[in-house]
Amino acid sequence: MLRKIRITLATVMFLGITLLFLDFTGTLHSWLGWMAKLQFWPAFYALNIGVVVGIIVLTMLLGRIYCSVICPLGIMQDIIAKRRKKKNRFSHSPEKRILRYGVLFVFLVAAVAGVNIIVSLLAPYSSYGRMVGALLLPIYQWSNNLLALAAEHADSYAFYSTDVWLRSGITLAIAAITFIIIAILAWRGGRTYCNTICPVGTILSIFARRSLFKIRIDTDKCNSCGLCARNCKASCIDSKNHEIDYSRCVVCGDCIEKCHHGALSLSRNAKAVPTVKKDENPDTSRRSFLLATAMATTAAATASAQAKLDGGLAEIEEKEIPHRGTPITPPGSLSAQNMAQHCTSCQLCVSACPNGVLRPSTNLSTLMQPTMSYERGYCRPECTRCSDLCPTGAITKIGKDKKSSIQIGHAVWIRKNCIPVTDGKQCGNCARHCPTGAIAMVPLDKNADPKDRNTLKIPVVNTAVCIGCGACENLCPSRPLSAIYVEGHEVHREI
Amino acid sequence: MKTINRRDFLKIFSGGAVASSALLAACKEKDSNTSAARTSDKSLKPRGKMTVRTNNITGDKVSILGYGMMRLPVIGGASGRENSDADIDQEMVNRQVDYALEHGVNYFDTSPAYCQGRSESATGIALKRHKRDTYYIATKLSNFAPDTWSRAESIKMFENSLKYLQTDYVDYLLLHGIGMGDDALATFNSRYIDNGILDWLVEQKKKGRIRNLGFSYHGDVKIYDMLLKWHDEGKYKWDFVQIELNYLDWSYADEINPRNTDANYLYEELRKRKIPAVIMEPLLGGRLANLPTYIAKKLKQQRPEDSVASWAFRYAGTPEGVLTVLSGMTYMEHLQENVATYSPLEPITKDEDKMLMSIADEIYNLKTIPCNECNYCMPCPYGLNIPAIFSHFNKCINDGVMPNRGTKDPEYEKHRRAYLVGYDRSVPKLRQADHCIGCGQCNEHCPQRINIPKEMQRIDQFTEEVRRYSDKI
Repeated sequence: MLRKIRITLATVMFLGITLLFLDFTGTLHSWLGWMAKLQFWPAFYALNIGVVVGIIVLTMLLGRIYCSVICPLGIMQDIIAKRRKKKNRFSHSPEKRILRYGVLFVFLVAAVAGVNIIVSLLAPYSSYGRMVGALLLPIYQWSNNLLALAAEHADSYAFYSTDVWLRSGITLAIAAITFIIIAILAWRGGRTYCNTICPVGTILSIFARRSLFKIRIDTDKCNSCGLCARNCKASCIDSKNHEIDYSRCVVCGDCIEKCHHGALSLSRNAKAVPTVKKDENPDTSRRSFLLATAMATTAAATASAQAKLDGGLAEIEEKEIPHRGTPITPPGSLSAQNMAQHCTSCQLCVSACPNGVLRPSTNLSTLMQPTMSYERGYCRPECTRCSDLCPTGAITKIGKDKKSSIQIGHAVWIRKNCIPVTDGKQCGNCARHCPTGAIAMVPLDKNADPKDRNTLKIPVVNTAVCIGCGACENLCPSRPLSAIYVEGHEVHREI
Repeated sequence: MKTINRRDFLKIFSGGAVASSALLAACKEKDSNTSAARTSDKSLKPRGKMTVRTNNITGDKVSILGYGMMRLPVIGGASGRENSDADIDQEMVNRQVDYALEHGVNYFDTSPAYCQGRSESATGIALKRHKRDTYYIATKLSNFAPDTWSRAESIKMFENSLKYLQTDYVDYLLLHGIGMGDDALATFNSRYIDNGILDWLVEQKKKGRIRNLGFSYHGDVKIYDMLLKWHDEGKYKWDFVQIELNYLDWSYADEINPRNTDANYLYEELRKRKIPAVIMEPLLGGRLANLPTYIAKKLKQQRPEDSVASWAFRYAGTPEGVLTVLSGMTYMEHLQENVATYSPLEPITKDEDKMLMSIADEIYNLKTIPCNECNYCMPCPYGLNIPAIFSHFNKCINDGVMPNRGTKDPEYEKHRRAYLVGYDRSVPKLRQADHCIGCGQCNEHCPQRINIPKEMQRIDQFTEEVRRYSDKI
């Protein structure tokens, strides 16, 4: 019974979170967004006391059930472990205390000291998010694009095509390596990662040791056959001594079902002693699939550089990323510091950005945290998706009405690229598209009459009202480098 | 004086006011009831006396401008409709009502439902300061929440209206929003007929507590026809009817929303029966005051000193059978401008009517671009696919699937998606209209003499508006 409930809940949660990362259309965000907000470390960062206390209380009641049904990385490992058909393959092993607490210590020190890369690499939900965002999302998008192609032929608008692009090679590599390591560990030893490395697992284990309900072994019924221990994916049942290490038990219920004598149960009674076992969820094999994705992504990124040409169309050069003195962080992130302190690099915002603006940073100190650039689109005034989704408080929630009044940077004009200067033609596309009217066109020749329609005009930016959305940079006809680009602000302001 | 002006100016803008061009122009001159007289903004200056229409049934002399009390100002700017938490700015309401009465406005239209139920009492407070026989009050038996539909609750609603309005009779009482609801007939019956409340209202009319009994109509035209048939049969006589009328709804209402009916039909039906028409939505929810610049320019070219909104008001007031045109005026500038437009009303001429009809076409983007895809303009040096852009735009017009926000198009979301997805399908993003820099190199090659950059910018503006506005997200 316990096992069935656990598998049902885990399936719902796992599919939900995965879809949350995959759904680039944003339709499911309002339905599934809560799933990300339920994650322990993000909730802790977001100072979401209700969730943090709730999870701790849950753990004090039922043990580490969080790791079995809420954490997507945990569920993923169960799925991988379950793929291996070899029976009774686990065995009891002692707790690796020094390793566990050592990693937790490093993690906490890194969190306090703001060494984001260590926190990001270790936080389980973020690891999972990166895997889905970097490895699975491209496949999902390509499949979608196939459907879109079919829909186009059927004159349907049910599906639309989306750009698949490599946002950051480093993040892809890290996601792939993390996946391979965790997959191998899960294949060989079930919950090894959760019980030796995962800092959230270690934190919860402190509370789980003394949880009210535990899996207990009834020594009267137990014949010490060891079947429970051989099926415990957490390797936490010492069947000889009838002992269970509750700091590692994730309350999956496998042992309860395996035992032929009904000797194990989840109960308050301290007399019986508990067990836990292996076994997991439904779902298809992912590994080869995911690896193939990784390779395909890289290949596609190379291919997309070659723009297609038609007879009557001018060639369009790809835009290059300008050098920005200060990186731009999305509206709602308050400041570079707030972003650095709160973000766990889960990539949810990056996967959700419909305008191709967000991508993981490649800068070492903010590695994999979101940063913005405008070669593919700009931060559109009606869009607040990243702020709606962020579970950690790195991007705080902003309303649509506020969106266009948050200044995240300011536009800078680059004379040598500007069309009126280089080509001697009127342009003004930046001014025409500025949503706040921060750009005015003035004569290039300062003595010319501004009313003369034929005099060449160049853009000037009123930085007081510029919000740094990047419409000007994105739509500037100058290529590969725009004649106007956005410099980020370390601290956002409201205008 | 200067400080007051600036403060009010800021108040209006920080409150997220609708920045119609008229308002902008008006902001520097305001405050006190006489500022309109001092301004040199002619769109705020009355040239004579307010036009008055006579109710052919009661002989009431009603001003062509009626004051709609739905968007009353609140403290901190904006109106009680957008900012529902803030308190009504009673002082401002009083001042505006004073200005209105002083300049001949004598019809005040409220409802128990407006401003979260605060409109009637605010109206009552402002009007109580004037003699009861100098103005007409219109209010409604509203029908929004089904728990107010019982006979007892309905009677209470009417009695409360009298209490809040501090009067013992209502000049114009309306059954509110006839034709709404998924099943309009069922809604109408359970609201007004089954509980016998319509008969009760007729009794009140006999007692003199209601002087004119009518209804306001939105939606299902079957109910409209049914009520007018009752009028013909003598079952119930309607003293007036309130309908939507503006130069978009005149003949486009049903094209935009199949559940709407063209205003010309509604109006003509009333005209035949000599029932006075009260007009609502002359600006289509403010949309006709806030036109894209390329359209506003055409109106300005005809009458440079008049506001864009004034055209809509003149249009709505022109038909002879119109008793009054309601405008929900939040700001003093709105009021001054509308008073000026109607003092006196200059009826729309035949030529102007024609122009407005063509502008309605443009607003609804129903004008195709005469491109026949000869490709002479290509290649555009900035990479645009000009013929493909025109072709997508024309196709949406010809298929009747342009996403238009007017008249609450129920299909808007569907059309919006089709327009945007279809645009990306037929023209790659980097070749779309937003990349036109306006160099004009294409123009001389076009055998159709299309002003290509101008059309590109029009399509771009339209697309941008469609991108930004969604009911979802």
